[in-house]
Amino acid sequence: MSNKQQLLDYTVRLGDDALIIGHRLSEWCRNAPFLEEDLAVGNVALDFIGRARMLYTYAATLKGDGATEDDFAYLRDCRDFRNFLILELPRGDYAFSMMRQYLVDAFNVEFLAQLCQSKDKQLAAIAAKAIKESVYHLRRSKDWVLRLGDGTEESHQRTQKALDDLWGFTHELFEMDELETALASAGIAVDRSQLKDAWKANVSALLTEATLNVPEDDWTVTGGREGMHTEHLGHLLSELQFMQRAYPGLEW
Amino acid sequence: MATDSLDLFEVFIRSKRGLDHKHVGSLHADDHEQALEYARDVYTRRSEGVSIWVVKSSDIVSSQEEDSESFYDPMDDKPYRHATHYQLPDEVNNM
Repeated sequence: MSNKQQLLDYTVRLGDDALIIGHRLSEWCRNAPFLEEDLAVGNVALDFIGRARMLYTYAATLKGDGATEDDFAYLRDCRDFRNFLILELPRGDYAFSMMRQYLVDAFNVEFLAQLCQSKDKQLAAIAAKAIKESVYHLRRSKDWVLRLGDGTEESHQRTQKALDDLWGFTHELFEMDELETALASAGIAVDRSQLKDAWKANVSALLTEATLNVPEDDWTVTGGREGMHTEHLGHLLSELQFMQRAYPGLEW
Repeated sequence: MATDSLDLFEVFIRSKRGLDHKHVGSLHADDHEQALEYARDVYTRRSEGVSIWVVKSSDIVSSQEEDSESFYDPMDDKPYRHATHYQLPDEVNNM
């Protein structure tokens, strides 16, 4: 595989991660627990969708042949998406969405700090912009995990359940494959396997503070980076892509 | 979750360094920390500010409409409290 193809594939992966979590968060728009939170979570969703646009636009220039950001977002099917599985899981209750967000934000801040050092100038520039957003996202989601974990009996129990249901999906965040290993040794991609210790230490400390039990590492689900998804991604895409599928080439 | 279990906060934003904080509106939040975050998300998303104050609405003491006679009317006949009441000597040009 050529270097350029590798860089393109990697950029699309990162774009997929941003698009899918951005879409899941956008589902809270007008459904959040109260007005202020609705606006706040909508802002976070927009940050991710903006991030997806930057990455897909860069991917489109790498691809050439007149491709646009929309081709990546709207005209690929499930098996072509390479996002982490944790991002595509249905939004669940607010405890589930905020717990996922916390686990992912804590990862993103570590990841983007490394991507800022990438030898690929464009990826480094996107990371430099994105990390400021992610630091704020983390502040918010951390706050929610503390409030809900150390809140009422019901909020505690729901937050613990969310954590237990999500934990097995977090291992994928640190799993490397051939493509990313090759790009990491070229100084372009981030070696995510190196991020796990810091992430686990930070996350465990916060979860303990939130009176939650850190789950055992006794199950794991992976496959997103190979295009092997849960049944939820297809449903998500059918909504996300509906307009372009029903009215190809439609413009606002 | 209903907002009636949350406190009301007033939000003040400083739009530029050197300017005063101005009241921009109010919002619901569980505590000051959360109020500050919501103020950021609700009132500064179009780069309106460089600094935010949040104050619990219940901590604000305001004058009452029925006090206005005793509060403000006595000032009506005291024009000498305004600088414009005085004739300036010509030597003082730019007041």
